[in-house]
Amino acid sequence: MLSQRLGEWCGHAPILEEDIALTNIALDLIGQTQSYLSLAGNHLDKSQTDDELAFHRDASEFQNLLLLEQPNGHFGDTIARQFLFDVYSLLKAQHLADQTVNADIAAVAAKAIKEIRYHSDHSSKWIIRLGDGTSESHNRIQQSINDLWKFTDEMFMCDDSDNAGIEIGLLPDYASLKTVWFSRIKDTLKEAGLTIPENVVMQTGGRKGQHTEHLSIMLKEMQVLPRLHPGAIW
Amino acid sequence: MNEDTQTLATAVLKQVRKVMDPELPFLNIEEMGMLRDVIIEDEHCVVIITPTYSGCPATDVISEDCLAVAKAIDPRAEVRIAMSPAWTTDWISDKTRVKMAAHGIAPPVGQSHDRAFLTGDNRIIPCPTCKSTETKLISAFGSTACKASFTCVSCLEPFEHFKCI
Repeated sequence: MLSQRLGEWCGHAPILEEDIALTNIALDLIGQTQSYLSLAGNHLDKSQTDDELAFHRDASEFQNLLLLEQPNGHFGDTIARQFLFDVYSLLKAQHLADQTVNADIAAVAAKAIKEIRYHSDHSSKWIIRLGDGTSESHNRIQQSINDLWKFTDEMFMCDDSDNAGIEIGLLPDYASLKTVWFSRIKDTLKEAGLTIPENVVMQTGGRKGQHTEHLSIMLKEMQVLPRLHPGAIW
Repeated sequence: MNEDTQTLATAVLKQVRKVMDPELPFLNIEEMGMLRDVIIEDEHCVVIITPTYSGCPATDVISEDCLAVAKAIDPRAEVRIAMSPAWTTDWISDKTRVKMAAHGIAPPVGQSHDRAFLTGDNRIIPCPTCKSTETKLISAFGSTACKASFTCVSCLEPFEHFKCI
């Protein structure tokens, strides 16, 4: 999801370096997702490929985080979304790489960590640069954080399958994951002179297939070719 | 493994070594550290390669190229992508690093397990053109997933640096 969103910046980013950076990150995320979806596809009752899972499911069948399907907005919105996710993604990948329940997942995660470190470094530095920049950039990035904050709780929500994963040690304990995530986010925001929004009513539902209206619009564009021409290759 | 299959594996290895990285066409996949092994399974060759980055599009091209040259020798040959252990710039030899620099790409500096190397922060990446150590990071991302963009303060030449991972 995030990869598709970042890809929308291709040719539109404020500067060339960012155009390249955002699409590089998108590429890494596609690679990671492909690896995970291939593993998932092999474990489903009806064996499905990573492409089938990505291009032939409807919005209600996707379980992605609501945060990741949010529109790019302006550059600050994109960076805020990336920052909130990168910190979480890195912590989660670190656990997945260390766990010994599933060696395939550990291998994919170990590879992903090296890439996510770059992403996280990139988005964190931009948060600091924008927060500590002009009053205009400060106000806008604070607004971006405020707007997206309501989607952050979903990262740490447990359903039955999460609980099963946590039980066997495959997934990290979400409560302690949240504590570490929160403190890292807080540290960076503090350095940027930004604050954590308070009294936010959280929005969830992605894990149950209940998405914001943005997802179906995005999928329409993402899936048009494989749906019009099933099995097309080039 | 009998003598015949061993000879087969050696012959395949000799050929797949010559497969070039399409994004760094002056380096072959062995120099890149991507070619891990050629083993025998059920009396046919399996070429094992490791991708540099998860989403690197060159991986597909390299797999196809390896399969083509391997099949020319062993029609039942296959190519396998190994994710673990994850690829690291440590597998790029000193000789290859010299070759990279000669082609205008600043090679990875030092060993990857040093956290500070990740982003090139506070590291001296010499300019591959004028050898000046006065260089600065423009972006941690470059024309391909494996490279960062730098510029030389002395000769003003922009250049790419192969990131340590």
